[in-house]
Amino acid sequence: MLRIIKQKISSRGLSAPVIGGYTHRLSPVASTIRHFSSAIKEMLVRDALNSALDEEMAADSSVFIMGEEVGEYQGAYKITKGLLDKYGPERVVDTPITEAGFTGIGVGAAYHGLKPVIEFMTFNFSMQAMDHIINSAAKSNYMSAGQINVPIVFRGPNGAAAGVSSQHSQCYGAWFGTVPGLKVLVPYSSEDARGLLKAAIRDPDPVVFLENELLYGESFPVSAEVLDSSFCLPIGKAKIERKGKDITITAYSKMVGYALKAAEILEKDGINAEVINLRSIRPLDRATINASVRKTNRLVTVEEGFPQHGVGAEICATVVEDSFEYLDAPVERIAGADVPTPYAANLERFAFPQIEDIVRAAKRACYRSVSTAATA
Amino acid sequence: MASSYLSKSKHMIMQSLKSKKVLMSIIMRHTSFVTNSQFCRPFHIQNYADSSVALSRSFGSIYCERRLHTATSVSNKSSTEAPSRQELDFPGGKVKFTPKLIFTSSSNNERTRCYRVLDEDGQLLIDSDSLNITKELAVNMYTNMVTLQVMDTIFYEAQRQGRISFYLTTIGEEAINIASAAALNINDFIFPQYREPGVLLWRGFSLQEFANQVFGNKYDYGKGRQMPIHYGSKKLNYITVASTVATQIPHAVGAAYSMKMDKQYSCTVTYFGDGGSSTGDFHAALNFAAVMEAPVIFFCRNNGWAISTPINDQLRSDGIVVRGKAYGVPSIRVDGNDALAVYSAVNDARKMAIEQQTPVLIEALTYRAGHHSTSDDSTKYRPVDEIEWWRADQNPVTRFRKWIETKGWWSDETESEHRSNIRKQLSQAIQAAERVEKPPVADMFNDVYDVPPKNLSEQEALLRKTIKKHIHEYQSDVPM
Repeated sequence: MLRIIKQKISSRGLSAPVIGGYTHRLSPVASTIRHFSSAIKEMLVRDALNSALDEEMAADSSVFIMGEEVGEYQGAYKITKGLLDKYGPERVVDTPITEAGFTGIGVGAAYHGLKPVIEFMTFNFSMQAMDHIINSAAKSNYMSAGQINVPIVFRGPNGAAAGVSSQHSQCYGAWFGTVPGLKVLVPYSSEDARGLLKAAIRDPDPVVFLENELLYGESFPVSAEVLDSSFCLPIGKAKIERKGKDITITAYSKMVGYALKAAEILEKDGINAEVINLRSIRPLDRATINASVRKTNRLVTVEEGFPQHGVGAEICATVVEDSFEYLDAPVERIAGADVPTPYAANLERFAFPQIEDIVRAAKRACYRSVSTAATA
Repeated sequence: MASSYLSKSKHMIMQSLKSKKVLMSIIMRHTSFVTNSQFCRPFHIQNYADSSVALSRSFGSIYCERRLHTATSVSNKSSTEAPSRQELDFPGGKVKFTPKLIFTSSSNNERTRCYRVLDEDGQLLIDSDSLNITKELAVNMYTNMVTLQVMDTIFYEAQRQGRISFYLTTIGEEAINIASAAALNINDFIFPQYREPGVLLWRGFSLQEFANQVFGNKYDYGKGRQMPIHYGSKKLNYITVASTVATQIPHAVGAAYSMKMDKQYSCTVTYFGDGGSSTGDFHAALNFAAVMEAPVIFFCRNNGWAISTPINDQLRSDGIVVRGKAYGVPSIRVDGNDALAVYSAVNDARKMAIEQQTPVLIEALTYRAGHHSTSDDSTKYRPVDEIEWWRADQNPVTRFRKWIETKGWWSDETESEHRSNIRKQLSQAIQAAERVEKPPVADMFNDVYDVPPKNLSEQEALLRKTIKKHIHEYQSDVPM
């Protein structure tokens, strides 16, 4: 294998290293940072992902990207913009249309020591490649007794977008979350996107990285530490986005934003909510969730995916197993409607949790509201 | 190298390419245009120029060529142009026209010929000097073929006696296994299906190691996690056998791509059966390998049967060899029961794959003389005399034996000595493997991830506690 080139970049993260003939200027990062007078930098999630890929590819020449439209088209959602020009077609590979095919090929490359980052145009298409993800990647280290490890990352948008209907809107967090051998990450902010993607690429196990199309265009403040090329977040640790003492709200991906807005509304009604950004579905940070519930005694889980056998179901079981005596109210699960996602804008809105749903559930858990929970 | 399939003029696509469905419909529209037009009518070309998609394939260049310009310029110049063009300047190369309405037939008149150099009586059909096989190599190949045959017979019997749970034999395909392995180098990565233990045997996997795997004891390199015959060896560059059919084919392409990026003088070799060639993975892998120019040998063991599905119910093409051409992959059909032919073909294929950086397809015609596995009784779906004919007359082991005996390199004495030697080693290996402990509880929870996560450590601790507490309910020989 080609040498792994470790680069030390200054804490500003914006210097211009030269590696192996290529000149990698971190210009995507520089150009997307807007400087405000108070020196708070903001970064789009899209650019956070792009910069993370760029830096990891620069640091390790065995990392390569494969997927539909990732090269010439600059990425179906522009996440891989500029990378083909920088690293060439050997490391940014445009593929024919066969998820099963290019996933299998990526796994084979990983068997031999490369570090592929496989992009699914959306995780709905990953279903075509499910056998390779589960049987060829997730289980290989175990089945070969440690002889074959698969340092592969599967990434792409997951869950609902807007007006793309049933076959483009499903959330796969629960599906992948059941499989031993996989790690499943769900970033929310730009900091999450950068730190978790870098961690995923460096991890020797197969990682499923579930992004969200609507979050790509959202911008978040990022500190200098986040912008540093060695920045990495630990896998399996949730983040407490907002501290509170009356109720715990867990969420992941886009729903974290909704939960935070719901928390602001609840604050006006005197309910002080603690919002946990899961960041990782597998391994699930049971410790953080339980510690929070033991503090607040009430729990609302929020997810976009289908309710049955969902992430919320697992969190609820976890809390009942570990902190039953601490619960003062039944756990409330907010999830998407149990229907294939409709297209019409009004129906689509009803099919996914809205901020009001989270507020109502939190109030119910605090015995504040008289209205009954929506029945399944 | 792999390059994009979209041209630079993609305004329409930018707006509508959120949905893969739209992309597919654009491609469908385009391909239907191709099949409909027989004549170079300006009307059609105008349509084509207006279409936002120009599929182009560039050889060696990263960026797509602008085919659109050529197409448009023809229609613009139509008034001053000479009479109709003879060919269309189409992406991928010029295409000649014909006014004859003829469909290509479903197959050629004659089936693809089969490369063979040794006939059933062990007579060489070509000049022996051109072969380049030393006595040492030939005897080594033969003894390994016999070892494989004996090993299969004895392990099969062990399953029948209830000593192991499952087994799968390679009877009838010994030449494919050993001769192909002999033509390869240890650095060539093997991606097997499951009927290729001979390749592992050739590379040095011992009878004891095979026995440990089928008994799933603590010395099994798989730590007792896999069914019998799911061997693997990192040291010998042989990827662990997986139960999934044909998934190894695209894996081999990916690994070949990795070798290509490293500029290694080696290739990958993947084996699969006639049944495996029906899968989507086979299609995607061959297509990709050609586009990526990956150094991979696709070795199809066409043994006539996929469990109970005969070849005629599996496919209607002239076997698997003709499929290579459809993907742009050089291919050959060989007599799988002729060890010398298999050896030469793989030797040449390897050189071609590495030096020309191209995939190669080899279809070896053979016969699955045994049952699919110990869970199968093939006499239920095929005539016994068919099985017997292949076992006797086409037997690759006896055929090769006849040849080395005419060369004076083998005899009846060496034969019986070798066979009894292997039988003795095997029964010792089996007895030893049977007595060894099973893998410990610790091996149940590691290797799921690189580093065991907390929840697994907790589960293991809980399991140990439970076993200790209820020790009488567990077998006394549960190793911890």
